[in-house]
Amino acid sequence: MPEPQPPIVTITGLEKTYKSGFQALKRVDLTIRRGEIFALLGPNGAGKTTLISIVCGIVNASAGTVVADGHDIVKDFRAARSKIGLVPQELSTDAFETVWSTVTFSRGLFGKSPDPAHIEKVLRELSLWEKKDAKIMTLSGGMKRRVLIAKALSHDPTILFLDEPTAGVDVELRHDMWQMVRELRDNGVTIILTTHYIEEAQEMADRIGVIHKGELIVVEDKDVLMRRLGKRQLIVQLQQPIDKIPESLAGLALERSADGTTLTYSFDVQGEQTGIAQFLKQLEQLGIELKDLHSSESSLEDIFVNLVKEKS
Amino acid sequence: MNVHAIRAIYKFEMARTFRTIVQSIVSPVLSTSLYFVVFGSAIGSRMGEVGGVNYGSFIVPGLVMLSLLGESISNASFGIYLPKWSGTIYELLSSPVSFVEVVIGYVGAAASKSIMLGVLILVTARIFVPYEIVHPVWMVVFLVLTAVTFSMFGFIIGLWADSFQKLQAIPLMVVTPLTFLGGAFYSINMLPPLWQKVTLFNPVVYLISGMRWAFYGSSDVNVAISFGIILGVLVACVTAIWWIFKTGYKLKS
Ligand SMILES: Nc1ncnc2c1ncn2[C@@H]1O[C@H](COP(=O)(O)OP(=O)(O)OP(=O)(O)O)[C@@H](O)[C@H]1O
Ligand SMILES: [Mg+2]
Repeated sequence: MPEPQPPIVTITGLEKTYKSGFQALKRVDLTIRRGEIFALLGPNGAGKTTLISIVCGIVNASAGTVVADGHDIVKDFRAARSKIGLVPQELSTDAFETVWSTVTFSRGLFGKSPDPAHIEKVLRELSLWEKKDAKIMTLSGGMKRRVLIAKALSHDPTILFLDEPTAGVDVELRHDMWQMVRELRDNGVTIILTTHYIEEAQEMADRIGVIHKGELIVVEDKDVLMRRLGKRQLIVQLQQPIDKIPESLAGLALERSADGTTLTYSFDVQGEQTGIAQFLKQLEQLGIELKDLHSSESSLEDIFVNLVKEKS
Repeated sequence: MNVHAIRAIYKFEMARTFRTIVQSIVSPVLSTSLYFVVFGSAIGSRMGEVGGVNYGSFIVPGLVMLSLLGESISNASFGIYLPKWSGTIYELLSSPVSFVEVVIGYVGAAASKSIMLGVLILVTARIFVPYEIVHPVWMVVFLVLTAVTFSMFGFIIGLWADSFQKLQAIPLMVVTPLTFLGGAFYSINMLPPLWQKVTLFNPVVYLISGMRWAFYGSSDVNVAISFGIILGVLVACVTAIWWIFKTGYKLKS
């Protein structure tokens, strides 16, 4: 685990109430560290896009401040925004433009002088080079998504927001994208992504934030989060079904399957003593024969579901 | 000043124009030519002179202004409405550009396009009817000022509109009647006294009158007033746009 880096984005007391009166964000405080990959998780409508949109200047905050790479996003919007790249959730593209011209346009819009070599590099990295002269409307959904990424990378941002970058992207491409995100991080880009694929966060993120109904309920190192909230289970398959859990095992967190052929023993990952050895010894003493046994670890998904369930 | 951004927006908009050259250049030139054929050559030859010029020539400044107005409004309103409609406006909003740069880019492109069109129409008109330009410098001033002012007006409509219906409503319901009643085809002196007064509330009257003065050295209303009115409309549009961006009205939630 690398040393915690100084903050690159500092969000303080951020609130958003839409004109409809709906409060989408409730006093969010969040610090993003330089050079990390931060995954923002949360169910539909939790406020992820709202949070990103405020930082990027698309939505006005109702209260609170955001400082990006040392620049206040309102008072010093030029300096702040020129550091930020955004890949939006919606596939919004200019139908009639070519890939090359739309990416070149983005670079200019962000105040950078033309640099065809850089654009070429970005397009090649995203496997879009062959499509550079194609009109965007002739591309597939996954390609359009990559065009949006190319647009966001056209001006060398130091902070990159990816709002569900892999929605509707096939497995192979998703892995390519993960690879690309890691390379960007290695080149010093800080990445904030949202996703509904927990495995993606589990695979990629250094830290994870969970947002639920506009509140940031957890921000934690991924490993810590998994250790703290993760449960492990030992699943034991029996030679002979048993019709009830023996008296002497009543004190343990045991569950018997309906047909009586498996026992599931749950224990805390961070507990000093897992109690596995003791449990197995007891089974032996009781003369219960084992057919098979394996352990499982709760995924981030389970943790996430539990967290959200706890809150609501 | 983010010059790269202005250039990017301007180029983007001009590219859109040339991509749709038939709708954006050829068709307005063609339809204006029809006016010259019908009113200039066919009907005009049977009409007397108006204010010392033959009728065909008399309508040239007005017709140029008509297309200048219409095209400026539709170019600029479409230019900014499209990204709102397609969602690509997110990029503009998240980029390090101020409203001044956005306006220079979009309005600049829309105005350039309608000025090009105005010049093309002038050249085409020469095929059908003779005309002279007494104050060429002022002609250019009126041409440019009108293009810029009404491109701004169109830009405001594009920002305000949240449907294609609304986008077309203002040009159709307000601008077209005002331009037709603005004295493109007649001198306001030909109107009954009461209507001569009423028509003075129509800003287009001043535009056309100013342009006609630049062509033929005489006009319905004093050219200084014409000039003042255009400037007034320009200032009003700039103020409105400044307010829209300052408050994020209809752009940011
Ligand atoms: N312009 C708006 N006006 C009113 N309410 C809005 C607006 N935009 C979003 N909301 C509401 O704010 C809440 C948060 O929306 P947001 O798009 O931030 O969610 P999200 O976490 O990105 O969800 P998803 O995972 O579905 O993308 C939702 O309840 C949504 O309906
Ligand atoms: Mg979202």
